[in-house]
Amino acid sequence: MAQWEIVIGLETHVQLTTQSKIFSGSSTAFGAAPNTQAAIVDLALPGALPVMNRGAVERAVRFGLAIGATINQRSIMARKNYFYPDLPKGYQISQFETPIVQGGGLTITLDDGATKFIELTRAHLEEDAGKLVHDLFEGQSGVDLNRAGTPLLEIVTEPVMRSAHEAIAYARALHNLVRYLDICDGNMQEGSFRCDVNVSVRPLGQTEFGTRREIKNLNSFKFMQQAIDYEVRWQIEQIEDGKKIVQATVLFNPDTGETRAMRTKEDAMDYRYFPDPDLPPLVITDAELERIRAALPELPAAKCARFASQYGLPAYDATLLSQDGATAAFYEATVGGGADAKLAANWMLGDLAAALNREELSIEQSPVGAAQLAGVIQRISDGTISHKIGKSVFEALWNGEGENADAIIDTRGLRQISDVGALERIVDEVLARSAAQIADYKAGKEKALMSIVGQVMKASQGKANPAQVNEIIRRRLG
Amino acid sequence: MSVWNPFATVAETKAALDRKQVSASELAEHYLARAEALNPTLNAYVTLDRDKTLAEARAADARRASGDTAALLGVPVAHKDIYLIDGWRTTCGSRMLENFVAPYTSTVVANMAAAGMVTLGKLNMDEFAMGSSNETSYFGTVKNPWDLTRVPGGSSGGSAAAVAAGLAPASTGTDTGGSIRQPAMFCNLTGLKPTYGICSRYGIIAFASSLDQAGPFARTAEDCALLLNAMAGFDPHDATSLDRPREDYTRNLARPLAGLRIGLPREFFGEGVAPDIARAVDAALDVYRKLGATTVEISLPNVKYSVPAYYVVAPAEASSNLSRFDGVRYGHRAERYDDLLDLYKKSRAEGFGAEVKRRILIGTYVLSHGYYDAYYLQAGKLRRLIAEDFKRAYEVCDLVMGPTAPESAFAFGAKSDDPVKMYLNDIFTICANLTGQPAMSHPCGVDDSGQHVGMHIIGNYLDEARMLNAAHQFQRATDWHTRHPSI
Repeated sequence: MAQWEIVIGLETHVQLTTQSKIFSGSSTAFGAAPNTQAAIVDLALPGALPVMNRGAVERAVRFGLAIGATINQRSIMARKNYFYPDLPKGYQISQFETPIVQGGGLTITLDDGATKFIELTRAHLEEDAGKLVHDLFEGQSGVDLNRAGTPLLEIVTEPVMRSAHEAIAYARALHNLVRYLDICDGNMQEGSFRCDVNVSVRPLGQTEFGTRREIKNLNSFKFMQQAIDYEVRWQIEQIEDGKKIVQATVLFNPDTGETRAMRTKEDAMDYRYFPDPDLPPLVITDAELERIRAALPELPAAKCARFASQYGLPAYDATLLSQDGATAAFYEATVGGGADAKLAANWMLGDLAAALNREELSIEQSPVGAAQLAGVIQRISDGTISHKIGKSVFEALWNGEGENADAIIDTRGLRQISDVGALERIVDEVLARSAAQIADYKAGKEKALMSIVGQVMKASQGKANPAQVNEIIRRRLG
Repeated sequence: MSVWNPFATVAETKAALDRKQVSASELAEHYLARAEALNPTLNAYVTLDRDKTLAEARAADARRASGDTAALLGVPVAHKDIYLIDGWRTTCGSRMLENFVAPYTSTVVANMAAAGMVTLGKLNMDEFAMGSSNETSYFGTVKNPWDLTRVPGGSSGGSAAAVAAGLAPASTGTDTGGSIRQPAMFCNLTGLKPTYGICSRYGIIAFASSLDQAGPFARTAEDCALLLNAMAGFDPHDATSLDRPREDYTRNLARPLAGLRIGLPREFFGEGVAPDIARAVDAALDVYRKLGATTVEISLPNVKYSVPAYYVVAPAEASSNLSRFDGVRYGHRAERYDDLLDLYKKSRAEGFGAEVKRRILIGTYVLSHGYYDAYYLQAGKLRRLIAEDFKRAYEVCDLVMGPTAPESAFAFGAKSDDPVKMYLNDIFTICANLTGQPAMSHPCGVDDSGQHVGMHIIGNYLDEARMLNAAHQFQRATDWHTRHPSI
């Protein structure tokens, strides 16, 4: 049996975060009643004309700059002609020969820590179509044009991925990046980020590509994985059975986990692309380009490197904390609030992450703010409270039981007891009723000592400084 | 108002309103009555709506009473049925839109309403502005008021016939390849196609987006200037609209023509031009020379490619622009259909006429895979070459002149069986659409059969004021433009 190589390229439709549509003033908000966000231009009434939303252009440029691509400062909007009820003009305004973004790429990190640079072919601006509603009217289909004209950036890679893992790592990295750049909300359920995956296989060592099939509209990473796995198996089986792969567009059915051909190349349409005469060439001036470049946020890779060097974080922590903008900002605010950098990382990836997960909250919704978390960490660092008490202070803050760490520590009397005289009194009381443990300890059982420390901590209601307690006991028994 | 002269100019009408010799309501009533009486003969109007028009006229009178001094307050105007006006049926001369009532108003009509103009009605036209004789309208042919056996020209045939017959003092048209200038010649009117981008295309049903331009029909160049003042202006709803300050197109009307250099392209005076038309144009050029202009022969070697380039670009854009008429959201939908594809096929087969279908087919063909470079791309190169010809010409002349059309108004049916013959009627006008330059036609004589001849003036970009100045001075020295049919 031959060894097979998988070849994958992705086309991702990223919905841009503009308030209004790409060619009209209608709202792009999700979930409105059908056709309430479709006005003159969106309905393609006679005489209606498109006008380019510069906000969409700016977002495309931001993406291009972030991935080191060439920005075509003069790109062309083109008409892609075909009939369908969700396409009111009978053509989609897109870009064909000269897209706004060309080339560039992004680096992905695989599970084993290896990295790979994924080259992009292009990214172009276009409008979304509306959608058909089949379950509203008996025997008829409805058309909802709310989505028609929503701005999209279609991001196309070269066929450079060699496994489903790479494809998903790329999709995740892209998903991360577009949210980082604040050009897409990343909401996959609402269709803000959808992937078409081109898959082919070839015998290992063969240089020509095999015939590809395109899996359309995958809107979750899990489905992407399942779809690619199925498709690859199917293609290999076909070839090994002596059949030929026919170039086709396929749909993935999440219920069966299978892909099914929608149309083949034979019935491919002739879209009769031509430059849209209603829209002059899309020009981006040098000044605009510089303004957008200057306003670019620090990108995940750069931020990750800076976190590692500036805060001395291990690569793992730096990666996790720099993955999305809000988390990174929270981390830097916590450190800025006086928290030790490593402890802040531990808390955020530990207790805070667990609490957020438990209550299904995003970092922006955290009931404990960065300044509050910094307060908790500072009091642990300066010995005012133990790590364990710190956890309870954090819980109290989470539940809104106090303004800040100090207030909770004061009102609840949680300050650690470091006064030697006071600690010695508690230790002596405990030793007086621990004859058995003392005997064990003296017989060489270290564990017995821990039990005594535990008793002392309990007697002090957790406030005793455990290190000091340890030392006093050893001195008394030594 | 004693007895109103239906052939009064816009300037005269405005003056009478200003002097309170007539009210907007009286004017509206007068033209409505004439239209109601004569339209059955001429078929210039597709839609008249007495109530709407009179309500607008009363509103104009009220504005005037309250001290409003809008430039053309109360002057009636009729619009080609390609302009959307909120609440008015807008058919574009097609069965496809037979019952389509516009839900918004085009920018040009809104601008004219802001200037105080009162809508008299919607004017007949070739279907989707495709035609040179008004014979392709679903609503029947328009008769030329000068000779009811002849065509009024097209595609803005109703716009020309209505003004010529005194059913409106002025009208709007659109010009994609000569659709204002050729009917202006056939009906002895002055018609102007401004520089591409001067008038917003928003709310005007698109034929060929890169060529379409709105413009006025009137009796005089002065009227065209007044009307263009109202129509023009930057519109943020049209990305091809020119963002520049408004200008007063009447500002140069009174200038003497001494020193004006008129370029006469030898390509406009050669074979193909009827000799009696050439004679009328020559005589008119003598008038220009007497007024102080000089003439110089020039050459526009690439202008001969205008018709072939146009019949690639215009159908290509039209084939795409007309895709929205699919029977799904508005317009004609077939009564019975089997499935989605059948709905499209039947609705469009029934809704569009033969000429529209012909152009959709041509346009679809030239854009299809493998043909795009040979046709559409090539046509784009020709457009640039023609523009360069004119650029060179303007080094030695200020305006370019010649006959508006090679033949005068022809009889119904004379060309309707031969599309190419029909297309060649626009041989002189098309180049200005391909380059985007302003161009106009004004009455300059008659041919041997008594049909009217138009002088075609092409100007450099944004040079409307100079063109109107020339035509105005010509009209001060001649009376061709004052003639009207006895109807």
